[in-house]
This record gives sequence, C-alpha cells and structure tokens, in this order.
Amino acid sequence: MTAGFGPNDLSSYLIIGAILFALGLFTVLTRRNAISVLMGVELILNSANINYVAFSHFSSGSTDGQIYAIFVIMLAAAEAAVGLAIVLAIYQLFHTIDVEAAQSLRE
Amino acid sequence: MDISTAIFALIAAVTLGSAMMVAFSRNIIYSAFSLLGTFAGVAGLYIFLGADFVAAVQLLIYVGGILVLILFAVMLTHRITDVEITNRAAGRIPALIVIAVFVYLLVQAVRETPWVKAKQIVYAATTGNIGDLFLDSYLLPFELASLVLLAAMIGAVVISRKEIRE
Repeated sequence: MTAGFGPNDLSSYLIIGAILFALGLFTVLTRRNAISVLMGVELILNSANINYVAFSHFSSGSTDGQIYAIFVIMLAAAEAAVGLAIVLAIYQLFHTIDVEAAQSLRE
Repeated sequence: MDISTAIFALIAAVTLGSAMMVAFSRNIIYSAFSLLGTFAGVAGLYIFLGADFVAAVQLLIYVGGILVLILFAVMLTHRITDVEITNRAAGRIPALIVIAVFVYLLVQAVRETPWVKAKQIVYAATTGNIGDLFLDSYLLPFELASLVLLAAMIGAVVISRKEIRE
C-alpha cells in the first residue's frame, strides 16, 4: 500500500471528505439565502457518503457501507423535496427567502 | 506520478474547487451550477473506490434530481434583477476561523490514526451483492425507505399547494 496522496490511499479520501464537510458547514453557517443553506446540507451529506464508501472499500470488502451511502442519498432526496417545498411556501408568504427575515410561522 | 494518481488529483480538484464556488460565490446561479461539479466529482471518487452502483445512483439522483430541484427553486424564488445580492453571507470571518480550526483537527486526526486496512482489496461488480443485501438483511430499512419517500412526496405536495378557502 503506497503512502501519500493517491487513489490507493485511505487518508486522501478522508481529507477530501473533511474539506468538503468544512465547506458545507461554512455554507450553512454564513449564507442567508435558504436555498444556499440547503446546498450546504447537500455538501455535508456528500462528504459523509465519501467516508462511508471509502471505509467500506478499504476495510472489509463488503458492501454494507455502500448500502448506507444509498440510504443517505435517498434521505437527501426526500430532504431536498420537502426543504425546497418549504422554501417555496415561505417565499409565497414573505416574498423573500432570507433566513433572518422569515422569523414567524404565519402572517 | 502515474496516470491514475493524476486523474484522481484532477477529480479531487474539480470536487473541492466547485465546492468552494458553492461556498464563496456571490451569485446564487453560479453556486447552484457549481454543485454539478461537486456531485459529478464525488461520483468519480466512488468509481475510484470500486462502488459502481453508488456512483450511478449519485449521478441519477443528485445530478438528475436534487440539482434540478434546486435550480427550479432558485429560478422560482429570486428576482433576476437583484442577482448580485441574492446570495448574501453574514459572519464570514468567524466562520472561516472555525472552519480552519476544524479542518486542521480533522486532518491531524486522519494522519495520526494508524488505519488498519484489508490485506487485499477486491474490485468486483457490486450491483448484485447490493440487491441481495436489500432483500435480505436490509429488508426492513428498504421498506421503510419507500414509506419515507412516499411521506416526503405527499408532504411536499401538501406544503407547496395553494390553499383555497371557501
């Protein structure tokens, strides 16, 4: 097993996942547009998936990690559908999707 | 540096570069389209990890589904005239400091840990194995997943419909 950066090195994948997670967290923390916040959540879920598949590939050779990744992708799809529907409902109510402007649940 | 390392570096650069566009771009349209690079790059990483089915699912659901949903939401909610301020950000400097410390800690943890790896790594088609597992040991989560998707679909329709009062 070669050490250092490359496709046969576990820590390369883990570091890519860590940076992707950090960028997603940065997006969630700083954006004031609700859709951008949802994009950050998608980045975070992708980084978690990279770790699942990487550990599954380098440890046992079983596909259990990939199954978890598929479940995460499925939940991300459900989250995106419901989240964006909520964003559209908020936009119809407040005519903005700034997360600091929409503070109440009704008019 | 052999060819696979070069391709791996290219895919990693595309993934992280477009993720940076998502995080730092001032225009939400650019952010939304940069997600395409991130999702496709992650699919490439899955292929490097021997996960062919997960890579295909990633392309189908993320690029074909979630990205289109996000683009729809962007187009439906923001007014074209104020493109520049649609993607406002607040508190960037403190967040950047937190993120830098966080990445440093994670990278140190990854480098310091003595990972125990398998003796030999097999590259085989995974689709049949995944199908067997879904209908065998993961049958209950699989059925629950269909229930969750149905609930999410109905919920999205109920939330986004127009309410008509008599």
